[in-house]
Order: sequence, then structure tokens, then C-alpha cells
Amino acid sequence: MEKKVFERPKLLKKAVFHYCPGCGHSILHRLIAEIIEELDIAHKVVGVPPAGCAVLAYDYLDIDMGESPHGRCAAVATGIKRSLPDRVVFTYQGDGDIAAIGTAETIHAANRGENITTIFVNNGCYGMTGGQMAPTTLIGQNSSTTPGGRDYARDGAPIDLSEMLALTKGSVYIERTTVNSPANIRKTKRAITRAFKIQMAGLGFSLVEVLSPCPTNWKMNTVDSCKWIEETITKTYPLKVIKDTVGDKIQ
Amino acid sequence: MLMRGSHVIAESAIRAGCRFYAGYPITPQNELTEYMAGAMAKVSDATFIQAESEIAAINMVLGAAMTGARAMTSSSSPGLSLKQEGISFLAASELPAVIINTMRGGPGLGNIAPAQGDYFQATKGGGHGDYHSIVLAPASGQEQADLTVKAFECADRYRSPVIILIDGMMGQMMEPVILPEPIDPRSLPPKSYILNGASQRPSRFIKSLILDTRDMEEHNWKLQRKYESITRDLILHESYLTNDANLVVIAYGTAARIAKGAIKRVREMGLKVGLLRPISLYPFPKGAIVELSRIVKHFLVFEMSTGQMVEDVKLSLEGRSKVHFYGRPGGIISTPDEISKVISSLYYRQNLEEEQ
Repeated sequence: MEKKVFERPKLLKKAVFHYCPGCGHSILHRLIAEIIEELDIAHKVVGVPPAGCAVLAYDYLDIDMGESPHGRCAAVATGIKRSLPDRVVFTYQGDGDIAAIGTAETIHAANRGENITTIFVNNGCYGMTGGQMAPTTLIGQNSSTTPGGRDYARDGAPIDLSEMLALTKGSVYIERTTVNSPANIRKTKRAITRAFKIQMAGLGFSLVEVLSPCPTNWKMNTVDSCKWIEETITKTYPLKVIKDTVGDKIQ
Repeated sequence: MLMRGSHVIAESAIRAGCRFYAGYPITPQNELTEYMAGAMAKVSDATFIQAESEIAAINMVLGAAMTGARAMTSSSSPGLSLKQEGISFLAASELPAVIINTMRGGPGLGNIAPAQGDYFQATKGGGHGDYHSIVLAPASGQEQADLTVKAFECADRYRSPVIILIDGMMGQMMEPVILPEPIDPRSLPPKSYILNGASQRPSRFIKSLILDTRDMEEHNWKLQRKYESITRDLILHESYLTNDANLVVIAYGTAARIAKGAIKRVREMGLKVGLLRPISLYPFPKGAIVELSRIVKHFLVFEMSTGQMVEDVKLSLEGRSKVHFYGRPGGIISTPDEISKVISSLYYRQNLEEEQ
């Protein structure tokens, strides 16, 4: 008797991803589709994609989605969630979107304890526009606007947005994960699932920061990109639960 | 009921079914936000948020509009500059929202006195891209009540942002007003596009990114066709003593009230002067002006700016009649006496007494 052990998530539309080979977005889209299916919330979930590579998330995820101006996802999600408090509302944002142009919206949504979930995809660069320096670009890391590497004196340091958000009273769960290995992908899935469950219990602002490979703009192959996350990026952005005031209330 | 204008708009909005308001403090319109804070708290399904910025406020409205809520934000000139991103996205995504601009002296930080320098910004799009907002300009307390209701209706009907353009004079002035009957927003017809979870229906998305140039062109033409139908259906204006006029003043909002006072004065002197007051600024009452030009050869546009609406008057007339302009920018409020002197001076200079 054959048993199916792996299939395409039902909530992933039958479209070919436009993402570059080795990009983390495709993995994350799949995880989100799986999680929404497993939690059985497709009928009450609304997603807010950003400006950036993932703006086309609605081409892949078979759920209600409303596109936000660059950086304003948390404000748009606030408007949706406050109008429909019993729906599950999440934003999906890149590092430039959330940690540069959308810093204010994000910090204040967290501080208000907006009962939404944010998936923060950190690949250390502006991917869609061609790999410019992001607020999360590492010191010394090359980008199209930091030829020769990010220089602290000129460009400042990589921003610890998740840690900053953890300081707000309204945030209850913030974890940093990555999708550079099957084991880490499973951990990321657990983290996003937990974040959704926290929202469904009405407990407050939750965020999962996912370190994600961008082989195209890093000018590396996929294997090296995953290794670079493991060996280099996690030194600046360590994988950990940054804040969890929920504890055993959510398993 | 005797009420100040900003409170009239706030109360009328709630009565029109507004259930989401986000705003940021800015003078001279804080009374509106404060009224909303108090009044929305008494409505069980309503949300009031003091946003962290003007940009956040308009984007919260964008999100609320995606769920089908009647949503509103309000601000004053510099705040409207910040909101333009969201207004462009509302127009592009075809989402309804009501935006109040209590105009003040500008540019820059300017001052907080009544002015009309945001006409271009409001009527010509204001943000990036080919779009318009519907723009309504009340000139009394009662009209602020009536047009607030109309603004929500038009926003829903045309799935478009609607801007109500007033100034601190309109916002502060207290007049007796009959408030609209409250409606239950749940009694409004369902909206086919909203995001509330794909339950018993296919999933939806709302977006303004259209990468294919042909699709983007068609989306622009689609918006344009909508503006053409708005222009056919929605023009509002008031004509005052224009039947026998040799000279017609064109002014809106506070400036129109001042002009009316001036016209009463010059009429006592026997000057045949009327007023055409655009109530909808977009769509602009071009037809009414053209119609008047068959008899009236001189128009005087009066604005509390250096001259913005005057361009639309000239575009409407296409040289059919002479267009004169008088304006005081920077928050100066001309008196009816001042305007009556401008009118009479123009009237005699052009020898309009002889034009019978």
C-alpha cells in the first residue's frame, strides 16, 4: 500500500515561483501555506505582503492578501485587525521594509500590542532593487551601495530590530530563526506556528525573524549562502528566542 | 444643534457609518480628532487610533478599507503632504476612504490660519500617478454635515478616496446644524472586493502593483473612465444672483462666504454681480461656468491663495470670457468690505454698467 508522505500544500497556488534559485522566500511561502492549512485558518486569515521581492506573495498563497505601501505593513495590518478582530492577520516583510522605511510603523504596532503576527525576512540586502545596503547588512559586507563593504563610520551598524521590538511592552513573542537547513526550516515552522497560535489566543504582538539566503545579491551559490548564514550572519544575528512572555500558555 | 464645524464633520461621519478613524495631532483640526476619540469610544464596533504618524494613519485607513469598513482620517496641510502615498495607493487599489483636510497657510510648516493653498494638491491627484480624489468643499456648518454623509456614499459608490477641503474658519465656526440620521453600517450593501478571510469563496487580493505595461495602461484607463463617470454624475455648485449678472465671482469654501457678503454690499450699490460657488472641486463645475459665459464676459476668481482654482476656471472657459483674479495667501482672511472694493473697482474699470 503506497502512502503519500509529501505533497504540495493546498494553499500554494499552482504557479511557478519567480524567486531566484536558492532564495528563502519560496521555502517560507511553503511553510506559511502548510501552517495555515494545519491550523485550519485559511477561511479567516488575511496576509499583508510588502514592497520588495515578496510583493507577489498573493500570486502564490491562496489566501486573502492586501498589498501595503513600502514599510507600512504593520499600519495596514492594524487597520485590518482592528476592523476584524477575530481574523488572523499577518505581515510578511523584508529587512528594508521593516527595519528602515517601516521602522516607525513596526515599533508602534508592537508597542500598542497589536494582536498581529509579523514574519520578518532578513536577507541583509534590498533584494528586489538589486542588492543595496539594508539596515541589516553586516559590517564589511559588500552590497551595490557599499562597494568594499559596509563601513561602520560611514554606514552605521546592522540594526537589531527584533531586540528593539522586544523592549516594547506590547510584544509577547519574538524569535530569530533561519531556513538554511532542513532542521532550521522545521524550527522556523514551529516558531511561525507558535506566533499564529499566540495571535489566535489574543495575547499580543508576535514576530519571527527569519535569516534568509539571497544567493543572487550575495554573489554566492546556494550551499555557500546557507553556510554563510551559519558561520557569519548568526554571529551578528544569533538564532534564539529573543522574547517570550507567553510561556506554557501556548504549546 | 449649535456645533463647531470640526465636530459636525466628526459626528456626521459616525452617523454615516464611519467605524474606523486614525489620526495624528495637528492644528487647526485637533477638535475633530478629539471628538472622534470620545464619540467612537461609545460605539461598540468602532475603532479610534491615535497613530504614530500621518503616514501610519492613512495606511491604517487603507487596511480598514480593505475589510469594507467606512474609514476616515483627518489632518491639515503638512499632514496631507505626508498622506499622499496612502491616498495614491487608495486610488490605485480602488478603495474607499474619507480624508478631511483643514487647510492652513503654507508652504512648509506655514501657519495655522485659514488658507486655500492645497487646491492643486487635492484636485490634481496630489500623490504620484494618474489619479484623482473626489474633492468636496463645504461652506457652512450644514453643508459640512451633508457633504460628510455624501463623501462616504461617494467613496463607496466609486471606490475612491474622497477629500473634504475646509480651513480653520470652517472647522471652528459654530452654526446651527441638523445632523444626519444615524445609519447602521451593517445595513449597507455588501462589498464584493473585501478581505475578511476566504471562507466559502475563492481567495482575493487587493494590490496596486501591475508590472505588465498593457495591464497597467488598462488599469489607468479604467480609473479614467471612472473619473469620467464621476464628472458626469457628481458636479455640485451653487449659483447666487447670477441671472442678471455682468460679473460673476467664482469662489469656494470660506472665500465664497466672504464673496457673498461682498456681493450683497455691491448689489446695494446697484452693481449686477453674482457668485458661482463650486461645491465639488473635483469634479469641477466646468459646464456651469461655460453656460454663464454665454452672457457673462467677466469672471473674478477669489481664492485664499496666490491663484490655483483660477487655472481650472480658465481651462473651463478656453478664452470665452475674461478671467480676473484676486487672492490673499498665507492665512489672510479678506473682509467682505475688501472684496467689495475689488469687485467694484473691476466693475467700473471694465465699464460693466454699460454692458446690458
